[in-house]
Amino acid sequence: MSFLPFAVAAWLFLVGLYGIVASQNLIRTIISLTIVQASTYVLLLSIGYRTGGQAPIFADIPATSNAVDPVVQVLMLTDVVVEATITALLLALAIQAHKRFGSLDPHELRALTD
Amino acid sequence: MTVLQIAALAAVAVSGGAVVIMEDPLRQALLLGMFGLSLTILFFVFQAPDVALSEIVVSTVGLPVMVLLAIRKVRQQEERQQEEQGESADA
Amino acid sequence: MSRRTRLTFFGVAVACFGTVLVIGFTGLPPFGDYHGVYGQVLNGVAVSLRHATDIVTSLNFDIRAFDTLGEEFILFSSVLGVVLLLRQMRKEDEQESEEGEQEGEEEHTFAGASEALRALSLVLVPTMIAIGVYIVVHGALTPGGGFQGGVILAAAPLGVFLGGRYLKMKRIAPDTLVESGEAIGALGFALVGLGGLIFVGIFFKNFLPFGIPGHLLSAGMQPIASIAVGLEVAGAFVLAWTEFLDQAMLMSDEEDG
Repeated sequence: MSFLPFAVAAWLFLVGLYGIVASQNLIRTIISLTIVQASTYVLLLSIGYRTGGQAPIFADIPATSNAVDPVVQVLMLTDVVVEATITALLLALAIQAHKRFGSLDPHELRALTD
Repeated sequence: MTVLQIAALAAVAVSGGAVVIMEDPLRQALLLGMFGLSLTILFFVFQAPDVALSEIVVSTVGLPVMVLLAIRKVRQQEERQQEEQGESADA
Repeated sequence: MSRRTRLTFFGVAVACFGTVLVIGFTGLPPFGDYHGVYGQVLNGVAVSLRHATDIVTSLNFDIRAFDTLGEEFILFSSVLGVVLLLRQMRKEDEQESEEGEQEGEEEHTFAGASEALRALSLVLVPTMIAIGVYIVVHGALTPGGGFQGGVILAAAPLGVFLGGRYLKMKRIAPDTLVESGEAIGALGFALVGLGGLIFVGIFFKNFLPFGIPGHLLSAGMQPIASIAVGLEVAGAFVLAWTEFLDQAMLMSDEEDG
């Protein structure tokens, strides 16, 4: 049972990868990319966890109590916000691609320029 | 591992699979909001409140809004392209 | 190659990759048993060193502020890309549809904006602004900080839009104000680092006086850095949402009018 977080991270990664490969719509590809990003959050979170640990905020608990690792949380924190804006950039690119080529299918984009 | 942690992990796995399987991008956007909410609960149960705070607004409001607006813009462009094709076919 | 061939290749590849991934994960330290020394040391000394009780925020804005500078500029440049792409598209679309119609500047309520929705947005928008400012300023004490509070602050103009008042949203968050706010936030964070370089000699070293941990202004430069990042993140998100909204909404005004 203690392998469950890592199994969920691997499952999310592989499922997101399937969504990227098998999609016929650029917007579905971008949404599946979000799932792949979430798998890295789950992995980082489960690496830094300590059993019986509290959140690393010492406002009301003494500074020597058992707390989870704060460094991996810092990595996840900025990542969440930044990757939302990167998804915005990808969606703008998808709209532009649809305007130029008339289709959101990634396999038709190549054919229309021939 | 507490029962709450196991339940949160199961919710994340199930909603992640549901997002990928769904065909319609419109419904995928709403499922993305649900996925973000289950991810927020997971972060909170794993003692990471800072990350949960930033994930809750971004993934329940920020991303679905952008996806929905992109889908609407694409549909408008499709209608306009069909109008133009109809005009050039008539002319 | 056809779709079926592609999916078969993918199935084989994911089987191999999946087994390697799972075998790799078994080499990680077992769940709940992490022995990273850096985190343990920080948990012990950061409260007395930095006079802040939230270790994650003080890592973000003080101890590892250099990494946050990089992340902040990733955010800035990707929103810059969104603005460039979508405004260029809007100019091209306006040139194409040259029927000489004026954009509808009169009040435009959407068909589905019921009274209940407008009442709800009336209650929620000031609450979101208050909570956002609170979380930004109290970053060093409680869970919060610039990134979290900035995103909550950015959701306030979106609440105005969801209540059915799209043009009012353009009036309370005009483009020039949001852009200058975002740029001031990005510049402010870099200036905080430069202040450390000028006054103490080390880039991003905390140069303001410390206080008692638990009080509001006790962590030196962390509240200032937090406010700068909050401004920038809020500006970035409002800008991105406004660009998408302009694309989807103003165009339909031209077609209907």
